[in-house]
Amino acid sequence: MESGPRGLLISPIKDGTVIDHIRAGAALTVLRMLGITGQTDEELSIATNVTSMTGGQEGRKDIVKVSNRELSKEEVDRIALISPHATINIIRDYIVVEKKGVETPKLLYGIVRCTNAGCITNANEPIQSAFEVTEDGLHCLYCDTVITTDLENHII
Amino acid sequence: MKHIISIKDFSREDIDTLLARAGAIDAAPQIRKTLDGKQVALLFFEPSTRTRMSFTSAVSRLGGTSITVDSVEGSSISKGETLADTVRVVSSYVDAIVLRHPKEGAARLASEFASVPVINAGDGAGQHPSQTLLDLYTIRQSMPLDGIHIGLLGDLRYGRTTHSLAYALSNYDVTLHTIAPQTLELPESLVAELHKRGCRVEEHEDITDIMPELDVIYATRIQRERFPDAASYYNVAESYRITPEILEGHKEGMIVLHPLPRAGEIDPRVDALPCARYFEQAGNGIPVRMAMLEEVI
Repeated sequence: MESGPRGLLISPIKDGTVIDHIRAGAALTVLRMLGITGQTDEELSIATNVTSMTGGQEGRKDIVKVSNRELSKEEVDRIALISPHATINIIRDYIVVEKKGVETPKLLYGIVRCTNAGCITNANEPIQSAFEVTEDGLHCLYCDTVITTDLENHII
Repeated sequence: MKHIISIKDFSREDIDTLLARAGAIDAAPQIRKTLDGKQVALLFFEPSTRTRMSFTSAVSRLGGTSITVDSVEGSSISKGETLADTVRVVSSYVDAIVLRHPKEGAARLASEFASVPVINAGDGAGQHPSQTLLDLYTIRQSMPLDGIHIGLLGDLRYGRTTHSLAYALSNYDVTLHTIAPQTLELPESLVAELHKRGCRVEEHEDITDIMPELDVIYATRIQRERFPDAASYYNVAESYRITPEILEGHKEGMIVLHPLPRAGEIDPRVDALPCARYFEQAGNGIPVRMAMLEEVI
């Protein structure tokens, strides 16, 4: 097999978060879930479809590095929904001070929009969506709808 | 504080207790004044004749009084007020709220904002626990719930009454026979859930295949708007019509139920047969809803 010269694909960051082992092709969705757009100030490095030494989807993965930002638990929960094998590395002064996997939460509040247009959570009421994560999918605790497919498009 | 939101919140024991209470009320309705001095708000943001009237009657028979909103137009919701605000305000006026609302999950939301008990009187295509409980009560008047074969007939895909009833019956040792056109079968997710709860579900397209085995026929309206044209509706609707001829050879003691209103699913000639119990079923809304009110207040 032909192999080219090896080197750093993206440079290290001084402070911030490295989200590694994102499902291949899902990096842009992760950015959207974190509210990071071209209009925000974060310094970003993104690598998509890079070779993963630990397997993953056909040996490929995505990586996102966000400078000067540490993710909240809610943000990590969101990532777990679409990339349950992702790892979160907190970087301070170029050193990984914390490394953790993501964990799919049992309950999700305000993270996913219910697909049922008739659900009260889609009306103008002062409540967040609420889902229980089950083996069948996401179960809306208000209207009993179960979301089984196309989850990425329903993340708020 | 206790709310009644979904039949899924009820265990078998809860159901049996409430039905027993309804039975006691039925046996001696005149001596109950358990809501004496209490007031109940009936917030009906969606049309409903039977449910609203039976709750009104139930409150009255328990010695309580009711105040009613019977349309969105007649309430501050028409001015843009949220349901959350409405129930917070109404909570300060009354001892309980009975809510009917077009959005699914509305009763769950109301229970989170109300400072008094909330009873769900139907939220959209979602839950309608009082209907399910009166359905169970009506069956139990004729036979024990355990061991029965019940045929659910009609629009099983979109009909909330059949979904809730099927779920409630899965607390018991029953065999559910679904009888519906292919396009209107019980949702797969519900069938899977019923199987998971140990309930036997058998699917049929023609009621005559299974008629002699049934202890209960629960017919529902086939909704014309679900079909692409009138001809395909009439083809199907005609084949799901309960007639005296279809019922010939039925098991002894078999009963026919329907949540009403009916739209041709049951031939009026069936009304005179001893197995026709749908009008008694509607009447059972009173003791069952009295029991529900006593349970929460």
